[in-house]
Amino acid sequence: MDFSDTQTETEFRQTARVWIQDNAPAYLQAPLSGSGFGSTRTGDFDPIAEAKKWQKTKAEAGWACIQWPKEYGGRGATPIESVIWGQEEGVYGKLSGTFIIGQGMCAPTQVGTEEQKQRHIPKIVSGEVAWCQGYSEPGAGSDLAALQTKAIIDGDNFVINGQKIWTSGAQHSDYGILITRTDSEVAKHRGLTMFFLDMKSEGVDIRPIKQANGDSGFNEVFFDNVRIPDVQRLGDVGDGWKVALTTLMNERLAIGGSIATGFPEIQALVSELIIASGPANDNQAVRSKLADWYAKSAGLKNTGARAISALSKGEVPGPENSIGKLVAGGMMQDIAKFAVDLQGLGGLVTDPAIARSQAQIQAMLMRSPAVRIEGGTDQILRNIIAERVLGLPEDMRADKGIAFSQIPSSQNTGAR
Amino acid sequence: MNFDFSSEDRMIQEQVRRFLSEQSPLSMHRSVMEGEALQATEVWRGLAELGLQGTAIPEAYGGVGAGYLPLCLVAQELGAVLAAVPFSSSIYLAAEAITCFGSTDQKERYLPKLASGEWIGTLALSEGPEAPTQTNLKVARSADTLSGKKLVVPHGLAADFAVVLVASAAGTDLVIAGLEGVERVAIEIVDPSIAAASLHFEQAQCEGLGNPGEGWAMLETLQHRAAVLYAFEQIGGAEQALNMAVAYAKERFAFGRPIGSFQALKHMMADMYVALKLAESNAYYAAWALQNDAPDLRLAAATARVSATQAFQLCARDNIQVHGGMGFTWAFDCHLFYRRSNYLALALGGLNEWENKLVDALPSAVA
Repeated sequence: MDFSDTQTETEFRQTARVWIQDNAPAYLQAPLSGSGFGSTRTGDFDPIAEAKKWQKTKAEAGWACIQWPKEYGGRGATPIESVIWGQEEGVYGKLSGTFIIGQGMCAPTQVGTEEQKQRHIPKIVSGEVAWCQGYSEPGAGSDLAALQTKAIIDGDNFVINGQKIWTSGAQHSDYGILITRTDSEVAKHRGLTMFFLDMKSEGVDIRPIKQANGDSGFNEVFFDNVRIPDVQRLGDVGDGWKVALTTLMNERLAIGGSIATGFPEIQALVSELIIASGPANDNQAVRSKLADWYAKSAGLKNTGARAISALSKGEVPGPENSIGKLVAGGMMQDIAKFAVDLQGLGGLVTDPAIARSQAQIQAMLMRSPAVRIEGGTDQILRNIIAERVLGLPEDMRADKGIAFSQIPSSQNTGAR
Repeated sequence: MNFDFSSEDRMIQEQVRRFLSEQSPLSMHRSVMEGEALQATEVWRGLAELGLQGTAIPEAYGGVGAGYLPLCLVAQELGAVLAAVPFSSSIYLAAEAITCFGSTDQKERYLPKLASGEWIGTLALSEGPEAPTQTNLKVARSADTLSGKKLVVPHGLAADFAVVLVASAAGTDLVIAGLEGVERVAIEIVDPSIAAASLHFEQAQCEGLGNPGEGWAMLETLQHRAAVLYAFEQIGGAEQALNMAVAYAKERFAFGRPIGSFQALKHMMADMYVALKLAESNAYYAAWALQNDAPDLRLAAATARVSATQAFQLCARDNIQVHGGMGFTWAFDCHLFYRRSNYLALALGGLNEWENKLVDALPSAVA
């Protein structure tokens, strides 16, 4: 057991650190450090412009998407180097939010032609173009394969009609990947086809969703007779589910460890707060909770370290890493509720100008429900652990082997 | 970074696992629990033949000197089979106390016999229903003798000597007392395989361990070090309880399908897995901190202890739930894990005590 870098890793870290010191936008360090709970803070600067600038700077020096092959603009780095880079990039990594869908999910899906790869991937690396993904629909969330957005072939094109939802960054994106239904008369997973499209295409209408917490980080995207050339199809007709699984796999391989839990916030709060019994820090109920939450956040951090070790040895981290978001999401919500409870009415203040830490807790309180849903609900993650890690049998399904058009739904049963 | 045990350590673990799976099945645990024997003597002897009691004891004192990392893995395997041997009391507590605080002479006299398994040691702490503190101890030392009654001493029926926390002129001391001639009474506890006893000292011979007056401070150090090893026993047990639950949920049918296909049970077992993973990762870190005497050893140990207690208690409890009514029969093994999980949770001070130790060890918040 050894927590230090190997010789090669030390050299790599040093090179990365020096380059970051010389090139990172230091003026953004303070506001970025205050980011979290669903927002990227860049002070007086435009977040999208700053994100593009940093991405371009990195790409020009070979520090963008470093795990990708050099021929597509990457660095050909090893997984462990990628982790080290992430550690060194630190707070500036928060600027990458704009590109995370394109880099994390879309580019690896480019099973398209070599020509398509050559054309699109380097621009994803350089931040010149941003991508989004059209997966979820109002009627297809956890049960993604229940999606209804239709694609009908018409000569060299497919014509798309339908609606996507929870599309992060659609309003800033140049391209998107889109999963559609091309056949309703086969079992639901078999009638899907994946495309990519120009988000400026005629018939695409992007509308921000106002979320429960008042922010608008996501969009609805409507498709009204949008034409996508067949050459922009990814994979075969009917193979869309397979392509989608590849992207989701890429999303889930992202290693935990840096995921926000709310622990630093609650620790900071109780170290200053006076409650009826005296300093909150001395209250037994507070201490008990604090210990539990610290143990969980340390457990996540140490689990992350084990995954990094596995990477370092050339092993692929498995589905066991889905515990990160499951633990962190619930914990953040518990912490926020507990923190508000400790403060009484003062805890309800949402104006950072009046009460900075309370406002941050309020932001956690109102954002944390989304953490437990986005990218796999708590329940879906538990299913994944139960089936893929523990090997428990699959759930009995009411939709197995039935043509999509015959599957009971709230529409065709009249239920609401 | 290499946050994993070495292949040498894993080989030792594998060897212990093989030995225990052959020699220490749960039926062995049951025979100790239900019978007259104070421990599974053959298992204890077999462990000694493999040199395992001496894993972390220095070679100069008859041990193997392989350090704490392999000892942690030995603990995990012992925990997984609920081994009915006094390993925890004798090695994590008594041997550790003498290794940390003993004089050269004491180390020469005690450690080789502990390493060979010839002697069994234990720690005598508790005196009654309330937790021992620096000021409520009634067992007292006067020069080379001690008097008073220690209640619930784990493995007290089998032990040859005890490290005893006593009140003294200097405050609190640790002493070593041989148990020959000391009156012992068997005490029934939640895990009968532990052979707990109350010890009645009457002018019993003892010798000081470490500096007089530093008993409480030494105890704290000892508890933190032992917590790491107890945590490994706990995760071993937790993993086995989870395995039992999963295996049963695949085999048992209800409503025409395996019960493991019901999400209500799947999610319960997923939560058991999550608790186990967090505890395992915290225990790994604590193992590293123990082996390297890291500055944050206390925080790491308390964290590992809190997580491991939570994990084993959850897994043992919900293993019974997954088994339904069968899980509440004496014949099924679920209660053995439930019993052991509750013993281990309290053996070194309860969850609440360790939550407080954890918070005490936290670096202050960056406000």
